[in-house]
Amino acid sequence: MSQNTMNLKVKVWRQKNAKTAGAFVTYDVAGISDEMSFLEMLDILNEKLITEGGDPVAFDHDCREGICGMCSLYINGKPHGPWQANTTCQLHMRAFKDGETIVIEPWRANSFPIVKDLTVDRSAFDRIIQAGGYISVNTGNAVDGNSLPIEKQNADDAFAAAMCIGCGACVAACKNSSAMLFLSAKVSHLALLPQGAPERKSRVLNMVAQMDKEGFGSCTNTGACEATCPKEISISNIARLNKEYLGASLSAE
Amino acid sequence: MLDAKIPAGKLDDKWVDYKGHCKLVNPANKRKMEVIIVGTGLAGASAAAAMGELGYKVKAFCFQDSPRRAHSIAAQGGINAAKNYQNDGDSVFRLFYDTIKGGDYRAREANVHRLAEVSSNIIDQCVAQGVPFAREYGGLLSNRSFGGTQVQRTFYAAGQTGQQLLIGAYQALERQVTLGNVTMHARHEMLDIVKIEGKAKGIIARNLITGELEKHFGHAVLICSGGYGNVYYLSTNAMGSNVTAAWKAHKQGAYFANPCFTQIHPTCIPVSGDHQSKLTLMSESLRNDGRIWVPKNVGETRKANEIPEPDRDYFLERRYPAFGNLVPRDVASRAAKERCDAGFGVGTSKQAVYLDYAAAIERYGKIEVSKQGLSNVSQEQIIAMGKEVVKEKYGNLFEMYAKITGENPYEVPMRIYPAVHYTMGGLWVDYELQTTVPGLYALGEANFSDHGANRLGASALMQGLADGYFVAPYTVGNNLADEIYNAAIPTTHPAFEEAAQKVADRIASLKNINGKQSAESFHKRLGKIIWDKCGMARNKEGLTQAIKEVQALKKEFWSDLRIPGEINEYNPELDKANRVADFIELGELMCIDALTREESCGGHFREEYQTPEGEALRDDENFMFVSAWENKGEHEWQLHKEALKYDVIKPSQRNYK
Repeated sequence: MSQNTMNLKVKVWRQKNAKTAGAFVTYDVAGISDEMSFLEMLDILNEKLITEGGDPVAFDHDCREGICGMCSLYINGKPHGPWQANTTCQLHMRAFKDGETIVIEPWRANSFPIVKDLTVDRSAFDRIIQAGGYISVNTGNAVDGNSLPIEKQNADDAFAAAMCIGCGACVAACKNSSAMLFLSAKVSHLALLPQGAPERKSRVLNMVAQMDKEGFGSCTNTGACEATCPKEISISNIARLNKEYLGASLSAE
Repeated sequence: MLDAKIPAGKLDDKWVDYKGHCKLVNPANKRKMEVIIVGTGLAGASAAAAMGELGYKVKAFCFQDSPRRAHSIAAQGGINAAKNYQNDGDSVFRLFYDTIKGGDYRAREANVHRLAEVSSNIIDQCVAQGVPFAREYGGLLSNRSFGGTQVQRTFYAAGQTGQQLLIGAYQALERQVTLGNVTMHARHEMLDIVKIEGKAKGIIARNLITGELEKHFGHAVLICSGGYGNVYYLSTNAMGSNVTAAWKAHKQGAYFANPCFTQIHPTCIPVSGDHQSKLTLMSESLRNDGRIWVPKNVGETRKANEIPEPDRDYFLERRYPAFGNLVPRDVASRAAKERCDAGFGVGTSKQAVYLDYAAAIERYGKIEVSKQGLSNVSQEQIIAMGKEVVKEKYGNLFEMYAKITGENPYEVPMRIYPAVHYTMGGLWVDYELQTTVPGLYALGEANFSDHGANRLGASALMQGLADGYFVAPYTVGNNLADEIYNAAIPTTHPAFEEAAQKVADRIASLKNINGKQSAESFHKRLGKIIWDKCGMARNKEGLTQAIKEVQALKKEFWSDLRIPGEINEYNPELDKANRVADFIELGELMCIDALTREESCGGHFREEYQTPEGEALRDDENFMFVSAWENKGEHEWQLHKEALKYDVIKPSQRNYK
């Protein structure tokens, strides 16, 4: 494959920490190959900033293969950028044209406070899981794995929900900053499996209560979350969550 | 000679006997015992959950923003277990045997046997946690096969097995956080071990958000920080994966074992240019159906699809007719390198070979035609049907390839090349997973113990969870039983103060270099030295040269490094500089280890020691030992040996022809 290079402008949100105000700063980046990943383009910008004595742009990233969920970024108005079913780290520069200006912002949600620049604090998600996103089974108590047959369709649906990488794009895409897609993926994963049945009611009630406590907004079914999810988690999980919640509320003590 | 403290008795009975006789800590005392766990991948998260469930006070640390992000999450293929659900002759012994043989007879029998014994418990535990493994229509668990074995013992969740296992362990960990047994410290990096009277009693950790140094006490410290593949800069590891925690342990007296045993995985997407920041693995499962080839002629200019059969060299099938494209990782990688070095490589860089699905697509298409009882089917229809089948089996991998390269692997052969993937070496541990520092343990990829000189596919997940769920809770407890008389030591103790000061001084000296070059640029240069001279093939001259180059690089690093920003704030460049400084020191030790091991085995291929056919030539008479290195100061290490005794398996030359 032949490489094409391009020159771009990137308009980046810079913010020293959660307490100070932020602003956009525009930088020129030159000689960008269309074979580069988006984050490699930011690496080049940072290398340039460091050698010039400036302050590099902070952004979260780790596996760079679309599975750890650490990368974020609101690129040209879309979480994880223009490609469908994709994370920022898998976005490549051939998605852009020579001379283009790319606008890069952090996830925007009150429940994800900014740490620095494009890095945000998503620990609210961990606290939602702590509220009940598990099956209470101590190590060593398990019966044989095949003693509990699970209908293939249920197993596949549970897996499809469990694919969530916890990146927070659903929250960032939602006009209400709702965490319903994230929460519903976990509730669905565990509710679809017989192992999850004993704690089914308390799980959904406690997790929803924690989500509300964290300040995430309400779901108004616009579907922006599903459209932006890099793992294509289905909005039907939210319907299942609502059913689970209603059922649990009506029969709770 | 080092003593691994392997229990006496028959191999099959050792672990059972150990568990039956090890010391216990009663529940009331467990609540007083504090355990520090560094890293929250499969080994760390499972250990934190299991120790928390037992009632210990656990403090867990990870550098990522959440424990769920640890790089175990990226494992694709599966996890092995000797369940024999397929009735195809699997057993604990066969899993044990395959692992020892796959490791080219450089692993410890007792540890590997224990691993095989607990493998079944892991699957049961994960199912109970709700890990959605792939299932058959009857509702039972599905299996597939992996390289180096003749049975189907690999459990999987599509191409995301690591993710599902880690989420399971993460949820178990978070449950213990809720119950108050585990305190989680995310965005923290361990920067030193605190020793009191020769025992590990805590750590110094840096809060990566505020830059503040924190002192944490523990009756025991468990290093579960993964491998050191990023020493090569380019690898399939995550950007943050690092050796720092293990290296600090090493500098505090823990021996580092077999650092030159690194795994180069044959099927990765090749490097596309100098900008490249990481490499992406294409699962080993692709070698089940794909055929690997290069053109027969040097300087071939035609496109892959235009090269006719007679002008193609299916070099793995040619060299290894019995195993063909499914030879173990080390063998496949070397064969690809040999062809590229000889000038037959493809793509712009010429550092790639083709992984071709055309034959598989046609084969599957014909099967579909036959299954559906169709006749008068055109070649185009056969290909279209075949593509559907391949999509169902490998769709997510093909998509990933297309995203990265911009090419459609259903139409043109994929280009692949070997890349650094896993490190078999690591902190030396005894049978109890304890390092040479009392109270300091290493679990998972961070230790060296189970994979010898080459790891088999789907065994890393197994080892991480074995160590965390089923081994450490017993062995750490055995030693904590002697600690119940010792109350927690306040972190105002001079040893904590001194250690914290030492860390602060080092950070300040890094920051004060005020040079011109970024940590990243040094890391890239280090990676190139190690890859060129201590990568897939090594020789005496190159290694000797590499040691000098790494030493010179270290000098330059400490005189021309530039870290922007401040010490007491969120500063990813400072974090990186700390890690690169340790990688440089490790790089030197890797080359020393590779130079000292004058034989070829598994992933360690010394060009001077090969058979006439170019295969690895072991020297069991002189090198059947574990190399455990003790740090003696700047550029100085002393070699200690642990003899490897094979009581049950008779080592032989691996043959895949």
